[in-house]
Amino acid sequence: MATYLQQLLNGVTLGSLYALIAIGYTMVYGILRLINFAHGDVFMWAGYWVFFLVVLFHLPWWMAALCAVALTALMGVAIERVAYRPLREAPRISLLITAIGVSFLLENLIIVLPWAGGRQKPYPTPAFMTQIYQAGNVRIQGVTIWVPLIAAACLLGLIFLVYRTKVGRAMRAIATDTETTALMGADINRVISYTFLVGSALAAVGGILWGCRYPRLQWDLGIMPGWRAFTAAVIGGIGNIVGAMLGGFLLGLAEILIVAFLPGLSGFRDALIFAILIFFLLFRPTGLLGKPLKEKV
Amino acid sequence: MLEVRNLHVFYGGIHALQGVSLSVPEGAVVTLLGANGAGKTTTLRAIMGLVRPREGTITLNGVSLIGKRPYEIVRLGLSMAPEGRRIFPDLTVLENLLLGAYARTDHDGIARDLSFVFSLFPRLKERERQRGGTLSGGEQQMLAVARALMAAPKILLLDEPSLGLAPVLITEMYRAFARLKEEGRTILLVEQNARAALSLADHGYVLETGRIVAEGPAAELRESDLVRKAYLGV
Repeated sequence: MATYLQQLLNGVTLGSLYALIAIGYTMVYGILRLINFAHGDVFMWAGYWVFFLVVLFHLPWWMAALCAVALTALMGVAIERVAYRPLREAPRISLLITAIGVSFLLENLIIVLPWAGGRQKPYPTPAFMTQIYQAGNVRIQGVTIWVPLIAAACLLGLIFLVYRTKVGRAMRAIATDTETTALMGADINRVISYTFLVGSALAAVGGILWGCRYPRLQWDLGIMPGWRAFTAAVIGGIGNIVGAMLGGFLLGLAEILIVAFLPGLSGFRDALIFAILIFFLLFRPTGLLGKPLKEKV
Repeated sequence: MLEVRNLHVFYGGIHALQGVSLSVPEGAVVTLLGANGAGKTTTLRAIMGLVRPREGTITLNGVSLIGKRPYEIVRLGLSMAPEGRRIFPDLTVLENLLLGAYARTDHDGIARDLSFVFSLFPRLKERERQRGGTLSGGEQQMLAVARALMAAPKILLLDEPSLGLAPVLITEMYRAFARLKEEGRTILLVEQNARAALSLADHGYVLETGRIVAEGPAAELRESDLVRKAYLGV
């Protein structure tokens, strides 16, 4: 029983991290029809920002974390402004290749930066994340409690933003009809910047929490979580925000449960995840909650 | 108020507008008539900043609109109910209407205009919480017009508001337009339905393959041979 509960909590923790990353994929796809390949690397950078701020500038952890969210969010906005916006009218494939280029750039920056380097770095994890709580015979680490709580707060905040505010209304409108949204008096570029700001900020929260759970920093740490979160976004129905959250939790749970109860298969976990991705792309490309997307003109 | 002079627009190699000039005085209803492909929608799109003209001027109260982006033009006082309605199907009727007021910050004014459009189209009030995509074609057209009104425009641009509607709905739509006219609103109405448009408008222009071929007071146009033969079918 205790094991089940433990594993369930682990699954929810991992799932909430995937959900946080998946949002950025799905929001950007909904608006630009772009799979933002650089998103996983933006997530990776958030961990490095914490590292830089704590180790080089000696900021207290929580302050470093807040600054890291802000810096990562601005990074996302800058990437859109510099790399994607000039290609708004270009063929979709040019945009996709540019996104891959940005991804390589972000990864290689970490490799060449003198304070980061190609070598693994220890992530500065705060004490409250590593503390062990005991309830009966269930032992729970701080991360297992805090990660889902912080993630849930962020996701609720996002739902409020998207469904209850003016800019959120414009984000949903752009996703179906960019030109008509402009006719409503909305500055499209500004709304798109907000989208990147929000998506990157959530990825940053994910990256910071990810570091608390897997406290090693390396240039390629965003790649696999990025792909898994992308799979989560596809499972939920790409373009659908609630779907991305659902997909994230389902994927995280599935992954942990497979590893925990079918340890023989744990070596195949990525193979299984991509099998799920291929299955959905073949048989249910609109995901669990998505609707068929009309190609935007 | 709105002055369009010698407007030339190209789509690729096609010379879609070949020197269109028209003016919309304050408080007037002006109609732009023409067949499919004559350039009516292109004219409106150029005014709203959705296509960039190669030549010509567009001014609103003396301010040039050329090179301005659509959201800036909306803020200057134009709004459009586009061809094909283009409502947001996943947003509720109310959300569609509030998006129409995106550029505004005067909350009292927005609330006042909201109750005004609901009085103009009571059916929208009944369907306030429904998703736009669930409305009938006629209701969607009402929503598109109401949404454009929510911007509190100095000039309302309507692109073929009667297209695809049953005659009874066209009558209902034009009754609403007549009420807007009585209130002294300025409207630029693009139509294929010349009969309906000329019964409402003060002044009209006839567009053929990118050129204005006739213009005049609506009553005169109604009697002209060109319009009678080509557009009224008599």
